[in-house]
Amino acid sequence: MALFDSVFYGFAALTVASAGVMVFSRNVVYSAVGLLFTFFGVAGIYVLLAADFIAIVQILIYVGGILVLLLFGVMLSQKGAGVDFRTGTMNVLPAALVVLGVFVVLFRVVSNTTWPVHAPTEYSPTTATLGTLLMTDYLIPFEIASVLLLGALIGAAFIARKG
Amino acid sequence: MAIGLNHYLLLSALLFCLGLFAVITKKNAVTVLMGIELILNAANINFIAFSRFVDTDLDGQVFAIFVIVTAAAAAAVALAIVLNLYERLKSINLDEADSLAG
Amino acid sequence: MPTPVFSASLTLTNTITSLTTLSETLTSFIFMALGAMIITGLAAVLALVGVYLERKISAHMQDRVGPMEVNTEIPLLKNIGHGWAQTLADAVKLLIKEDVVPDAADKKLHLLAPFIVFAATLAAFAVLPFGRNLIISDLNVGLFYIVAISSFVVIGIILAGWSSNNKWSLFGAMRSAAQIVSFEIPASLALLVVIMAVGSLNLGEIVAFQEGGIHKWLIFQYFPFNLLAFLIFFIASLAELNRAPFDIPEAESEIIAGFHTEYSGMKFAMFFLAEYANMFLVGVVISTLFLGGWSSPFGSFLNGSAFFHVFWIALKAFSIIFVQIWLRWTLPRVRVDQLMYTSWKVLTPFAFVAMVGVGLWMVLLN
Repeated sequence: MALFDSVFYGFAALTVASAGVMVFSRNVVYSAVGLLFTFFGVAGIYVLLAADFIAIVQILIYVGGILVLLLFGVMLSQKGAGVDFRTGTMNVLPAALVVLGVFVVLFRVVSNTTWPVHAPTEYSPTTATLGTLLMTDYLIPFEIASVLLLGALIGAAFIARKG
Repeated sequence: MAIGLNHYLLLSALLFCLGLFAVITKKNAVTVLMGIELILNAANINFIAFSRFVDTDLDGQVFAIFVIVTAAAAAAVALAIVLNLYERLKSINLDEADSLAG
Repeated sequence: MPTPVFSASLTLTNTITSLTTLSETLTSFIFMALGAMIITGLAAVLALVGVYLERKISAHMQDRVGPMEVNTEIPLLKNIGHGWAQTLADAVKLLIKEDVVPDAADKKLHLLAPFIVFAATLAAFAVLPFGRNLIISDLNVGLFYIVAISSFVVIGIILAGWSSNNKWSLFGAMRSAAQIVSFEIPASLALLVVIMAVGSLNLGEIVAFQEGGIHKWLIFQYFPFNLLAFLIFFIASLAELNRAPFDIPEAESEIIAGFHTEYSGMKFAMFFLAEYANMFLVGVVISTLFLGGWSSPFGSFLNGSAFFHVFWIALKAFSIIFVQIWLRWTLPRVRVDQLMYTSWKVLTPFAFVAMVGVGLWMVLLN
């Protein structure tokens, strides 16, 4: 098996296994650690897809930002100082059937469609191209995204204030 | 078989279904939020895979950046709401958050 | 683009693949494992040297002598003196110490946390340039990679504080996480100044930009904005390392030992080594970005071979470490609210000023 294939299967296995830990674990902090390794696996997949800048952005924002926020949220919303954090589940059987149905539909769609694929190009750095695109073609979404972040910042600070 | 577009799309479908399962079955609000982040990651893999195999430009990657930004904003506001919920109900079990009266 | 080191290993891989029956995958993995082992060994040795330096320098600053006793029986190294083997003795002691885990602590997370902290610090060593062709991995987003990996250390600290089931550990971990996250912003903005001046995220290109003598070092370009960026990055990295004057998370007199209170033996050694390896990492990053990296300050004199390159970068990195140790033993500790004030109301506005200043300079005058 070529090197590329084994690396892809390795990262895919890491991602799916960690997502499994995240979904099926009863302990909320274990779910958060599973999510951490899922984010790493996804960043590895991005590197294989020649998206080097997005992979680092993924680690910086998801692991360094969102996951820290989630861990703080988990720890600040508990009674007492126990490490034992159980969460219950509901409607497991109907949910499993529905999710299995969705997966089968997606699988059939992906396998039976002929995508207009072209041969993959050489790996080249994407940072400069992304920067140019953000400043020329996608300038308006860029500005709207910054206004969105400003609104989220002010909104989150306001909602979470004490009293 | 060489790794092609279908492999990435199947991986993304698998992650999407796992995230959907977490959102439907979990009672803890923070775990539901984690499921939502998983769904967004699956969508991102889809965008970037298409950008590499089907597209000629990097439009898919630009969109992936915007998805990451929006996910961060959503997570921040959702966690603020969860903390506020905890202040009022002393629990983050979503079953107990069932009244619209103030 | 593959660096010469990587190309060399690629040629070796192909040779070994054609000569033996090992597959290409296995050989590549063996080389990657070898590279990782070299980095781990290097980081551990540098951390031990850092600990020894700290003890001796602080001792001389406080008008005492520090460790003088520990000696070995190996013939050539026998009587060098000045207790040079003290850190080796410390390392052996930590390794053979009993690993005490509190009964109500979460065993799996308690085990995982020090490894996350150590792995994050170690992973950043892979992109450091020690010479013209001496990089393990010449990433095109190298600088950005270092920023991202540093933000990964916070998770390990939070998990360490949480899994100890001890409210002092939890306080220390939360304070440390808040401190690191707040100081990431001025540090990243200061790095943006360097990226704008050079136009690339590649650490090899940043050093190549500064080659040719001390007048080309980035700290002296676009005066005074790059100097401001250097100072901001230096102060912010002190806070990210949890070192004085920002060492509230480790304040011995206030919260025992913060997030590593309940750790002993090998796991404590991992936290300890991670902190000093991180100090060395910050030293090399600051030297690469602002002080010219492995190039000699005299232009092409003493700039010929890899030996000189390693000498220059070691000299610059150790001088930064010396200044960090000096600051630790000179300045008192700041309070938590003073720390937040420093980050958000002093460093961030000045970092914005530096960034806008360099941007305007580049557009208007170049």
